[in-house]
Amino acid sequence: MAGHTMTEKILARASRNEVVHAGQIVDGYVDLLYMHEMLALALKPFDEIGIEKVWDPSRCVVTIDHWVPPPTLEVAKMHQAIREFCWAQGIQRFHDVGDHGIVHQLVVERGYVHPGELVIACDSHTNMAGAMGAFAAGIGATETAAVMATGKLWLKVPETLNVTVHGKLARRTGAKDVILKVIQTTGDDGAAYKAVEFRGATIQAFPMNERFVLSNMTTEMGAKAGMIPSDGTTKAYLEAAGAGAAYRPLDADPDAPYLRTFDLDVEGMGPQVACPDNPANVKPIEEVAGTKIDMAFLGSCTNARIQDLRAAAEILKGERVASHVRMIVTPASQAIYRQAVKEGLAEIFLEAGATFTSSTCGPCFGGHMGVLAPKEVCISSTNRNYPGRMGSPEAQVYLASPYTVAASALYGRITDPRGA
Amino acid sequence: MQTRFTGRVWTFGEDISTDHIIAGRYLTSTDPKVLSEHAMENVDSQFAKRVTPGDVIVAGTNFGCGSSREQAPMALKAAGVSCVVANTFARIFFRNSINIGFPVVECPGLREKVQEGETVTVDLAAGHVLLASGERVRFQPLPPNLLEILNAGGLVPKLRAELAAKAP
Repeated sequence: MAGHTMTEKILARASRNEVVHAGQIVDGYVDLLYMHEMLALALKPFDEIGIEKVWDPSRCVVTIDHWVPPPTLEVAKMHQAIREFCWAQGIQRFHDVGDHGIVHQLVVERGYVHPGELVIACDSHTNMAGAMGAFAAGIGATETAAVMATGKLWLKVPETLNVTVHGKLARRTGAKDVILKVIQTTGDDGAAYKAVEFRGATIQAFPMNERFVLSNMTTEMGAKAGMIPSDGTTKAYLEAAGAGAAYRPLDADPDAPYLRTFDLDVEGMGPQVACPDNPANVKPIEEVAGTKIDMAFLGSCTNARIQDLRAAAEILKGERVASHVRMIVTPASQAIYRQAVKEGLAEIFLEAGATFTSSTCGPCFGGHMGVLAPKEVCISSTNRNYPGRMGSPEAQVYLASPYTVAASALYGRITDPRGA
Repeated sequence: MQTRFTGRVWTFGEDISTDHIIAGRYLTSTDPKVLSEHAMENVDSQFAKRVTPGDVIVAGTNFGCGSSREQAPMALKAAGVSCVVANTFARIFFRNSINIGFPVVECPGLREKVQEGETVTVDLAAGHVLLASGERVRFQPLPPNLLEILNAGGLVPKLRAELAAKAP
């Protein structure tokens, strides 16, 4: 009898089955449902289903992240509707403006996501929570309404790609560079409908903030979920978040059936950059260095944690960004914002001529707080660069690590951070 | 519900993302009509003006990749597109479409056989696309659980009906 993947173990428990196998369609009972402004779009279908109360408000988390603070009247009304719904439904874990964060960051830093759980949210980057050893997948608004009503959803148990990474990376090279390399290898639909598991010495050595980057961008491989086995690093993170009791070790069986295994040797690998207009269009930094930029954005659920801000500050300390460059630094949560102020990082960014904004998804999806004009070029620590993603369809977006974004801001051109 | 759709073809290539289908700057609206006026704007600025009710989108691989925004299938449906046939779909777009009662089918290889503007008939129940040349291109029909949602007109009407059936 063959062993089981992480996905099969988690979905067996969540579907109240002894065992499940890839290909099977199951009803998964949701351990955690989290939501942002997409909840506003789910209110009408929820109302139409005809159930008055959310199945279990204690399993719901809501925050506001895409447009913070609201830039238009429409958004303000959206936020108002969300607020009133949370209050009426008794959703205690509603994190309003000021207490907010990009939802994927907020749910991990508050200790809401635990190994072994089925986590569902109305956003494509829900995959990030898989770094905690959970099965975390994104859905849309109508299905969010259905989960609020019933507490469950149908899932086809996905096959799994096993990505093993080993080797020591070059200086100022990290998880962002690794995941870009992986996406280049698989293509932006290389894991479509599949789950991804990461393991190997390089992954084991990564702290949680780096592991989140890997799981986060499995979305750009088309994956349904991107998981990392839970271990001592996961345990310490949960303890620091006040949820140590929820820790449990979770990994696949050694003889688990994988659809494919990728073995990636990253020994000595340097920074990578995803070039316009696709996250899989990845090149080593040497091939794009020198490209002139107009904007540098350090933000998003992918790469705006305190360690990312420290990395950028290390390069920008005592310097000024190039005179033709706008640099925007947007922490992934208000908790990170406060920490950055406390550590003096905010001061470093402001002295360097950058803006330092309240936490929001804003610029990453071309919403507000840093939208690109036609022909502008941006280097960004975010996750997607499809045409029009950050504003004008004629703008160009390069995706890179926080180190590369900061070094490029400093010189006004895409710059290898190892020499900055 | 209707399972046969005859319409004029719009062709698109590979990796058409939800950023192409409806740009982030329009997501402050949840009005299907407003969304439909900007459908596909990032890839073809004339699409929303020229699309006519019943038209069929035929695309390459990974259609609908990227963001989970349900406004993407909403915009296409409200623009009058009858269904999307792609070589492959990204998973959240696919699920969202079925959930709002918007037919989407995977028909690998179709994109390479059709021309922009030709009239085709997509038959969901029979599992084939009839081309202008008379050729039939077969596809694997949707699994029963998804057909059930589509037949009900979407996930909401399906759940409503189930609740009504359970009521004393």
